[in-house]
Amino acid sequence: MGIKFSLLTVVALVLAVFLGVKAAGLQYFFGVIFPYAAIFIFLVGFIYRILKWARSPVPFRIPTTAGQQKSLPWIKQNKIDNPSTTAGVVARMALEVLLFRSLFRNTKVELREGPKIAYQWEKWLWLAGLAFHWSFFIILVRHLRFFTEPVPFFVHMTDRLDGFLQVGLPGIYITDLLFLAAVTYLFIRRVVIPQVRYISLPADYFPLFLLMALGLTGVLMRYFTKVDVVKVKELALGLVTFQPKVPEGIGVLFYIHFFLICTLFAYFPFSKLMHLGGVFLSPTRNLPNDSRMKRHINPWNYPVKVHTYAEYEDHFRDKMIEAGLPVEKE
Amino acid sequence: MKIYNAKPILIGLAIFIGLATFPLWFNMGKAAPPPDPKLDTPVIQRMAVKQCIMPKDQMRTEHMQLLNDWRTEVVRNNNRIYTASDGKQYNMSLQNECMNCHSNKSQFCDQCHIYAGLQADATPYCWTCHIAPKENK
Repeated sequence: MGIKFSLLTVVALVLAVFLGVKAAGLQYFFGVIFPYAAIFIFLVGFIYRILKWARSPVPFRIPTTAGQQKSLPWIKQNKIDNPSTTAGVVARMALEVLLFRSLFRNTKVELREGPKIAYQWEKWLWLAGLAFHWSFFIILVRHLRFFTEPVPFFVHMTDRLDGFLQVGLPGIYITDLLFLAAVTYLFIRRVVIPQVRYISLPADYFPLFLLMALGLTGVLMRYFTKVDVVKVKELALGLVTFQPKVPEGIGVLFYIHFFLICTLFAYFPFSKLMHLGGVFLSPTRNLPNDSRMKRHINPWNYPVKVHTYAEYEDHFRDKMIEAGLPVEKE
Repeated sequence: MKIYNAKPILIGLAIFIGLATFPLWFNMGKAAPPPDPKLDTPVIQRMAVKQCIMPKDQMRTEHMQLLNDWRTEVVRNNNRIYTASDGKQYNMSLQNECMNCHSNKSQFCDQCHIYAGLQADATPYCWTCHIAPKENK
């Protein structure tokens, strides 16, 4: 159900832009108006989501960690898995964001005959996830060559590293292959494993199909039916310098690709893709385990009226002395 | 409404916005003019019918593949004759055929290659083996 709905949505998007460009001649809408709207939605939505999250109170430290916490001096602390300082938290967060450390610990549970429970090493999701995210990031950096003039050195460097196999012309990019393979794996995993399929929603399938279509149109455009990249860059540069113009004669494949990425940007703040910003706000990753060193006041505590013993004694001292009860102050 | 941990969150958000809008502030609102490859070499000017081996639009998008196919034909199959769609025959050679007319590499090839973000000295890697034509500047 979720699969069909998501697939049909992506197909409808592709058809819409195909007809829009081929039949209705809406190049200006798909090349200028929609991209501006999408980037605007993306930036405003992203800021809104983050600020909304930032307004929820921060809980007490949640030391759900996989290492020894700071304890007695002769017990060795695991400074990255159970940090008590900001530096440790930064290291843990960096490893999480760059290498998906939590996902690396992923295991699979199986009931075997007996019945016996068995936990298995399961790294494929981690590997595919890492391959996918890094490929996507490198592809994004590579695309900066269309949005900058002169092209900065790090774009050239990325381009050269990515294309260093020098197979064919235009040369094959390693990330193009990795990206498609990883997205395909992530999709197949969702469909084939019954438990994962059961919890999968249209919101899970839709980004996958969108990214698959994005990758396929990109690959088609680079290696098979080519478009005029000089004109594409003219359009892209026009957009980022706020002098938009739509050059004649860019193939419809480009508009499909461009529309899909704009859709992804516009969809971003409303979707699970917001984990780009959300990962930095994970309480189990960004809070140091310093509950025993600093006093943390629960932010949603209301002021409690207390009556200390000293006050109590002040209040009843005469009566206590009269009754022969011991008092601390005479 | 209070923002908790406002400092790191706002700094992080500012870095993100800075990175996300990189193309906007990098170009500073100035659109570089699109490239203008020159076709006014002496050889081209002497031609009666000014035409390349394929139509212009096709050459613009497909020339790299054509050159790659030529390389395969010449180096692996020892075949130096290319028959164009109009029946005319050409010598498959970058230095002797293509660059004979387009002898102005810096005014022709490099114009688009640099604009499209290919690094002039690295990719396309034609000139790591071939000798670029001498130009009078």
